[in-house]
Amino acid sequence: MSGTHRKAIGVETIGMTMRFGAFTALDDVSIKVPAGSFHALLGENGAGKSTLVKCMMGFYRPTSGDMLVDGREVAIASPRDASALGLGMVYQHFTLVPSLTGAENLVISREKVPGVIDWRKERGALAAFMERMPFKLPLDVKVAELAAGEKQKLEIIKQLYLGRNFLVLDEPTSVLTPGEAQEVLGLVRGMTKAGDLTVLMISHKFHEVTAFADDITVLRKGRLTGTGKVSDLSHREMAAMMIGDQPIAALDSRLEPRADAEIVLKVKALKALDRTGLKSIDIADLGVRSGEIVGIAGISGNGQKEFLEVLAGQRARDQGEVMVRGTAYAATRAEARALNVRLIPEEPLKNACAPRMTVAENIAFRTFDVDGSGRPVSWISAGAIKSFSARLVEQFKVKTASLSSPIASLSGGNVQRAVLARELTGEVDLLIVSNPCFGLDFSAVAEIRARIMKARNAGAAVLLMSEDLDELLELSDRILVMSDGALVYETPIAQASVQTIGEHMAGHH
Amino acid sequence: METTDIGLWGVPLAMLGGAIRVSTPFIFVSLGEAITERSGRINLGLEGTLVFGAMSAYAVAVVTGSPWLGLLAAAFAGLCFGLFHGWICKFPKVNDIAIGIALMLFGSGLAFFFGKPFIQPSAPDLPAIPFGAWSSIPQVQAALNVNVLFLIGAALAVFLWWAFRNTRVGLIVRVVGDSADAARAMGLNPNTVRLLATGAGGALAGIGGAYLSLYYPGSWTERISSGQGLMAVALVIFARWNPLGCFAAALLFGGAGALGPALQSVGVTQGYYLFYAAPYILTLVIMIATSSPSRTLAGAPGELSITK
Repeated sequence: MSGTHRKAIGVETIGMTMRFGAFTALDDVSIKVPAGSFHALLGENGAGKSTLVKCMMGFYRPTSGDMLVDGREVAIASPRDASALGLGMVYQHFTLVPSLTGAENLVISREKVPGVIDWRKERGALAAFMERMPFKLPLDVKVAELAAGEKQKLEIIKQLYLGRNFLVLDEPTSVLTPGEAQEVLGLVRGMTKAGDLTVLMISHKFHEVTAFADDITVLRKGRLTGTGKVSDLSHREMAAMMIGDQPIAALDSRLEPRADAEIVLKVKALKALDRTGLKSIDIADLGVRSGEIVGIAGISGNGQKEFLEVLAGQRARDQGEVMVRGTAYAATRAEARALNVRLIPEEPLKNACAPRMTVAENIAFRTFDVDGSGRPVSWISAGAIKSFSARLVEQFKVKTASLSSPIASLSGGNVQRAVLARELTGEVDLLIVSNPCFGLDFSAVAEIRARIMKARNAGAAVLLMSEDLDELLELSDRILVMSDGALVYETPIAQASVQTIGEHMAGHH
Repeated sequence: METTDIGLWGVPLAMLGGAIRVSTPFIFVSLGEAITERSGRINLGLEGTLVFGAMSAYAVAVVTGSPWLGLLAAAFAGLCFGLFHGWICKFPKVNDIAIGIALMLFGSGLAFFFGKPFIQPSAPDLPAIPFGAWSSIPQVQAALNVNVLFLIGAALAVFLWWAFRNTRVGLIVRVVGDSADAARAMGLNPNTVRLLATGAGGALAGIGGAYLSLYYPGSWTERISSGQGLMAVALVIFARWNPLGCFAAALLFGGAGALGPALQSVGVTQGYYLFYAAPYILTLVIMIATSSPSRTLAGAPGELSITK
């Protein structure tokens, strides 16, 4: 803990270059983050953002290039050196220890901790420290019991408690509700304005960048492709800097849904235990019509995952019924085939693939045991699997070294493309999708969303669960909010307000 | 010794005495295992450590004539076993459970090998404190004759409970056990912390073994441990990794173990063998009752896993 006086520091990199063997991850990147500014770092996956940040924080030794802190050249050989200079990083995933309380987490992460901790004294010191902070947080509950937004605030508080006043925030709002994101970034913004803090934020979300950042730097393929004041740039210009001139798949225009469209998926009074076994999910009534996308919003951990698992047959239900086109549906292979139900779960490599089997085999999972007319076969033809997969790989632009590579060797975007190819081929009456674009880059996201829209326009009923509200607003015809295991709010897309949805997500109603 | 007939009162009294007598090795092994598991590793080898500790304590006590030196020897032997387990487990793709099973067999085998010459001679016992001296009833005196190790174990349970919250070392063990990533981010080396935690756990298990051979039953035989080391692992889970819970659960197991002999002593002649099985049945019941196909165990250290 440094004293009561804290002051933001400015950081600069000059000609930062990082090579891993023959591969250049970062090529001569110079950025300047003045003291007290809020700087955004943009770029697609693999653009070199995290390499740059890791070089700055001492995790990597750059091949060449220098760092300046407050105008003076410094050598940062390890994360320890970086923290000694007051540079800190808040990671995308939480680094707090879940079973410890907030206070315990703060105290134990200090450089010097006394052998026996005098909790009365520490609590007094923490209370005095929290007085000066714009965040209010309960420090006496276990971190596991905090909401995601509170955890994120605690991560930031931890860095400040450790006396760091240059913070790298790595996609800090990816797990927060819009309301929480506004609040956290607003408070951080306030601290930079007051000159207490300098922030370098890695982000994908343009609206956040526009609302909070002063300047941006854009990387593409390890090179600096743009920099400037946020006030001078439009979203279109930022996107152009990020992806260059490659074409972006455009969303089909939305066909008007037919009012008399058949209800394909019907869920009634469904109850199932969640993964802790202590709470249960309870879906009273949900219907999805042919030709519409119903989006389910919610903060992760509110039962969406369990709901999807029930629909996918991965989790037993206690009671209630799931009907697909009027037939009871228990997610067996035969039922899914007869009723044309397709599923794109989150983390597709884990939930929708056999990681060590080949790309061809994975793509053929739905069809390998039937012949052209849908009758079961007793001999499986490797040749048919190959040619079927080759066609789909071509059609869905899956980048793979060969059809017989294990699917685990593909990048995240290509695994998702392979799963899409499998699930969207043939007739689709019901499509259940969960977080389809998580962790994917700009062009892959656009393409996957376009495919989902295409399936909808072709008459599929689509149930889309996502933690990304922007995605839901872009794709859905109706949005439902799931909170604490139940569907608590519904709005047609025309009347949807981010504010109201966010409040329901946070359970304020 | 003249016996006074106190009728059926003898059963609860014998169970109380038995609980105190039988529970002591459970207390030490489970506290040791609690430290190890809190650091994110399971050491199933404590059964072997217990047996080897019993043998080395007995052997050293026979040779030197001092039960305390025997106790030290057992703790040292346990420490070595624990450190060995911790050292092997630091290598990638080594499974702590498999190593534990190997060390369990290794420890017992080694103890039988070195222990052969010590089956005959008799060693001095660890001292006990006669808390029952006020009573003239011999059964009460027998039940309240409490060994010092039991008292040390009780104090240790309280100390560990306090230390997990209030000391740097305690917090570090919990951090490492719950999130190795967070520990690394703090500049801690999880392997080192786990090595030391496994060593400490082994030393405590060794002390538990010394109690077996130097107090109750009080001699070295190859059948000295009837699975106490293994059951202590189950007990830690039952106690939710809480040292005070370990102490209470050890007493419960001890009491259950004393049921058979107590019934026998009041003249139940039929079926008391079944009650000898009480601790084992209790183990099974507890494991079944605390398991669930859809529920994760509350309080389990996040790094404990059998899938590594």
